[in-house]
Amino acid sequence: MKIHEYQAKEILRQYGVPTPRGSACFSVDEAENAARNLGGAVWVVKAQIHAGGRGKGGGVKVARSLQEVCDHAGNILGMQLITHQTGAEGQKVRRLLIEEGAAIAKEYYVGMVIDRSKQRVVLMASSEGGMEIEEVAKHTPEKIHKVWINPASGLTDAEADTVARQIGIPDAALTDARACLQGLYRAFVEKDAMLAEINPLVLTADQRVVALDAKINFDSNALFRHPEVVALRDLDEEDPAEIEASKFDLSYISLDGDIGCLVNGAGLAMATMDIIKLYGGMPANFLDVGGGASKEKVTEAFKLMLKNPRLRAILVNIFGGIMKCDVIAEGVVAAAREVHLKAPLVVRLEGTNVDLGKRILAESGLPIISASNMADAAEKVVAAAKGA
Amino acid sequence: MAILINKDTRVITQGMTGKVGQFHTLHCKNYANGANCFVAGVTPGKAGQRYEGIPIFNSVADAKAQTGATVSVIYVPPPYAAAAIDEAVEAGMGLVICITEGIPVHDMLRTRFKMQGKKTLLIGPNCPGLITPDEIKIGIMPGHIHRKGRIGVVSRSGTLTYEAVGQLTELGMGQSSCVGIGGDPVNGMKHLDVMKLFNEDPETDAVIMVGEIGGSDEEECARWIKGNMQKPVVGFIAGVTAPPGKRMGHAGAIISGGQGGAEDKLAVMEECGIHITRNPAEMGRVMQKILKG
Repeated sequence: MKIHEYQAKEILRQYGVPTPRGSACFSVDEAENAARNLGGAVWVVKAQIHAGGRGKGGGVKVARSLQEVCDHAGNILGMQLITHQTGAEGQKVRRLLIEEGAAIAKEYYVGMVIDRSKQRVVLMASSEGGMEIEEVAKHTPEKIHKVWINPASGLTDAEADTVARQIGIPDAALTDARACLQGLYRAFVEKDAMLAEINPLVLTADQRVVALDAKINFDSNALFRHPEVVALRDLDEEDPAEIEASKFDLSYISLDGDIGCLVNGAGLAMATMDIIKLYGGMPANFLDVGGGASKEKVTEAFKLMLKNPRLRAILVNIFGGIMKCDVIAEGVVAAAREVHLKAPLVVRLEGTNVDLGKRILAESGLPIISASNMADAAEKVVAAAKGA
Repeated sequence: MAILINKDTRVITQGMTGKVGQFHTLHCKNYANGANCFVAGVTPGKAGQRYEGIPIFNSVADAKAQTGATVSVIYVPPPYAAAAIDEAVEAGMGLVICITEGIPVHDMLRTRFKMQGKKTLLIGPNCPGLITPDEIKIGIMPGHIHRKGRIGVVSRSGTLTYEAVGQLTELGMGQSSCVGIGGDPVNGMKHLDVMKLFNEDPETDAVIMVGEIGGSDEEECARWIKGNMQKPVVGFIAGVTAPPGKRMGHAGAIISGGQGGAEDKLAVMEECGIHITRNPAEMGRVMQKILKG
């Protein structure tokens, strides 16, 4: 689960990480008031969307008067902000962060992720602040310093100081840097984060270390113990189809193609998308109905796929293990009737009670195209999508 | 004797009395030698009771002491599953298979840290389990699609494993053992660990390796295969069409920071001599072709 920059900064502050003062705003009036309350002569108006690259997309502006704050706020609020992470249509800006300006002497990068191979939290730090870490890793990997953190000891003072020196933080600011790095680690662990980034972390002209930006992604599997994180969820930033799917415990991801897929199991669902492409089609979605798909779940899954205006055909690919094919077949028939399915439907069933399942499909009177294996299914659904 | 488990393996089921645990325990007990293999269940506070004739104990340590079981399988709900693994490790089980999906990844980090230096092997979490056909099945896979034979299968996915097994069986190629290592980012045995066992197993002639996007386990396994594997390996990676930054159902199936894409994995695997196929419907046929020479 993702949150906004201002929310991430709020969490980091709770863990002792210094950040600029600022507040979230939903209107130009609020932005002006926020700037007035902050005082000073320089403010930053920052679009709050769940995507990176906001500055390059025109979503971050420096203001040197209250009038400029209002102008920028007016321009940014409501805009479709396009970044390399939003897709071509961009993301509508509904919230702003108004912050005090900072006199920046130097920018750094610090971030944490879970290293899957080493099975440790890894701190990554670089002198190349403001750049994407992937770019630094590609072109100047020697500039990335890593610490694999021992969960028993946490990030030690010595480790924090060493990495801070490695990226060029001056000795005068080491105490500040230590607070940032150790606070980031404690937030990362205690809040069940999957990724946390401060990019840039800045050294100010008066030798303070401050988190100028912040990003935290959380482990969805741990949200049950973090109601305070769930409260930060912003549904405006998520795909409505994916939100709808999550209500029915379906795993759904929208894609660009025109062939809907309904599959049991994540691996088989990906493989189904892949084979559709291999046979010349394009999948419209990833959809895993899980191991225990009921008739209701299958019906909801059909409704979800049919909301997609591009949809031209549907492929149901089920390898019934625990899930019996006859139960799935009944679900498919009921769902197709309930939604008055017009799009061509190809069904491939395999596994437990497959013969009974196929008979139910055949005797339903519905124009269901039966397929004998994955390849046959892919070929038939691609042909159906092109002919429809 | 295939790998990891056989008809003589004795198993404790943690979380046997929950809905999921009951369902799968019954199916496992009814498969091949299961009635002799599944000797104990663990549910705190239910010691002395029985399910399907299987005695229930309060702790893994008790169950192990009373039955001599060396393997445990876990169906405990996600908030408590990592603690269940810890308990099995503490009790000194040789192999722990965690079926549970949805364990917080930080829980798994702590559990894997505690496992350092311990002899216990872990399979999963978020996996279908493993099976040695006609001998024993530990997990949630449909037993009837398997045939005893000489092909090993290792996979991060459940139903895609069944797909591979189904193709093998249909083409007349049985399986020595099939191991689902699970779809989580922080887990126990990797492709590489299982591949080494298949390499050493005299009853395995060749291996199907099924991977998916996310992480670099398949690449690490492929590099080992290049220098060490004495048996042919057929490989498939799911997720060539998966968009970056999206978690594709499995917690571990995500392309992040430009890492973990299917094409990269396939390229490394091919370079390391694995017989890759991009067609998930062809895994069995590719294997058949190789074995026929």
